[in-house]
Amino acid sequence: MQRMVRHSVWVTALVMTVVLTAAACKKKAPIARPTAPPAPPTSTNTVPARPPAPPEAVPEVAIVPPEPVIDSGASSGSLDELNRNSPLRPVFFELDSSDLSTEGQRVLDGNAAILKQHGTWTITIEGHCDERGSAEYNLALGERRALSARAYLISLGLPADRLRTVSYGKEFPFDPGHEEGAYAKNRRAHFVITAK
Amino acid sequence: MQMLHRTFWTILAAAVLVALPVVESRPVAQQQEIAPKISNDTIGQQPRLAVPDFLALPAMGAASTDAETADVAKTISQVLIADFEFEREFALMPKDIVSTIPAATSVNDVPFDRWREVNADGVIIGSVQKTATGVRIEMRLYSVRARQASYSREYTGAITSRRLFAHQIADEIHQQQRNLRGVARTKLSFDSDRDGDRMQNTVEKRTVKEIYISDYDGENQRRVTTQMSLNITATWSPDGRSIAYSSYRRVQPQIFISNIYQGTLEELTKPPGQNFTPVWSPDGTRIAFASSRDNNFEIYVVNRDGSNARRLTNSPGADITPTWSPTGTQIAFTSDRTGAPQIYVVGVDGLGLRQLTHESKADRATWSPAPFNEIAYAASTGPGNDIKVLELASGSVRQLTFGEGTNESPCFSPNGRHIAFSSTRSGKTQIFTMARDGKDLRQVTRSGANYHPNWSN
Repeated sequence: MQRMVRHSVWVTALVMTVVLTAAACKKKAPIARPTAPPAPPTSTNTVPARPPAPPEAVPEVAIVPPEPVIDSGASSGSLDELNRNSPLRPVFFELDSSDLSTEGQRVLDGNAAILKQHGTWTITIEGHCDERGSAEYNLALGERRALSARAYLISLGLPADRLRTVSYGKEFPFDPGHEEGAYAKNRRAHFVITAK
Repeated sequence: MQMLHRTFWTILAAAVLVALPVVESRPVAQQQEIAPKISNDTIGQQPRLAVPDFLALPAMGAASTDAETADVAKTISQVLIADFEFEREFALMPKDIVSTIPAATSVNDVPFDRWREVNADGVIIGSVQKTATGVRIEMRLYSVRARQASYSREYTGAITSRRLFAHQIADEIHQQQRNLRGVARTKLSFDSDRDGDRMQNTVEKRTVKEIYISDYDGENQRRVTTQMSLNITATWSPDGRSIAYSSYRRVQPQIFISNIYQGTLEELTKPPGQNFTPVWSPDGTRIAFASSRDNNFEIYVVNRDGSNARRLTNSPGADITPTWSPTGTQIAFTSDRTGAPQIYVVGVDGLGLRQLTHESKADRATWSPAPFNEIAYAASTGPGNDIKVLELASGSVRQLTFGEGTNESPCFSPNGRHIAFSSTRSGKTQIFTMARDGKDLRQVTRSGANYHPNWSN
């Protein structure tokens, strides 16, 4: 009998554990109670109420703050004056070409003589194109024109470190026209004095 | 004893049985996935979709609807229609037919019979309601034939995000219904002279160009750079959070990276040399660009942080305007090594060089995303350029523009179904988009002159 009672206690404890575990489960996930099946749609206006997904937060339109400003370097009013009446003349090129013509070489001879007189000047040689090529390829063509002029000046004895190149492609035409007269003016190497 | 054992097992079984419905509730969740897709009765025809104005509901506790909510509701349905028209996956029901159907009074009250009469396959019913913190949008896409919701969502957010709600709904419906990655939330970048500011340190009048971004449809145009210089050829990082571009702010053009939402700036390249046309690798870890650092334009690849610059090409010609293949294993670019500029392709290991185009001149290649295996480029076709597309597998070329002004700088949308480009057809150079078959032309910019579009992911 005593064994029997002890046994009963053990079984009761086990049953309690199972019931308690079931109760604990109940807390974690709600147990579905049997309910009547939803009535079939009776009218066209009854839409099976599928629970919609929880609201999605749509982000606010992102704000684009201004970039930090970077000091762009030297700026000089007196250089502007010098460049406005620049003694350095531009060199013009044929369509799709960076070859120097005889006339172009003569202009560069003159520019070289001036640069030799002013031994402290440094210059930027800008390469420009007419509008007919694609914008991206013209960046390469403009650079080739600037480099062509630079190489000739170096061959005349000017130090390379005074001659910087920059290509503007077709970004800054001298003449905004759309005919050969304008195009011829826009295919050029242009000289800017950047230090004196 | 035996009985107690039986009692134990009975209770255990009961406990298991009580617990079972929790497990069984899962198939209910699966049922939610099975939603009827909107389709047309005629196979091959687009589903006919009606998008009536969203309902403007009174704010909680308010007696009537306010004008702002009504405006948001109207805007969302208008933008949604435009987004659907852009992808051409649905045939939008004409407005005069849609307006004959009485407006729903809630998202659950849909006169299916009436929509069936006008042959609508799907109808989107949405509502807008102001909340304490912003606005709550409820949206249901109904299959008219099945008389049940095919897709339903709720959204919350700021009232200023009104266009973004519509773009998000459009992208989700394109994905869920058509398995299509829409572009409604993508953005464009471009450079513009609209501010009219003068370049510093020049004697002639030269106008600066600044980098702008806008939504894909041209809305929300915003300036990114404020450097008063020539800033050009911007491209988006794959995560859409950074823009790389060339800037002349240090006289010689260098590549900068603008982290547009942080407002920070990085300098990717340093002198010597001019550095142009940066493009991000598909995984965003590297940037390819053209540089004259070795006294001739060549293609280089550099890590995102500026380290480990590697030269990819070696020719006496100019090698410029690189574009990555979608897998990041090849780069196509322009070279004039044989005379006129043409498009070439080379592996990122520098091997396998091959000429792709045989135009009178070709430039600005841009590789399509998968599944299209195409390269769009600008070809010289007379006085100006036109956009052409080379299909790489077959080698066939199709022309998309035909001498309406000059057409340049093509770039693909991230799903490959659209091309943005610049054109002078309406006067000054402006940004346009068109479908990949050349149809559905749309002008994106109108202020100043605008160049070099690029499309975000």
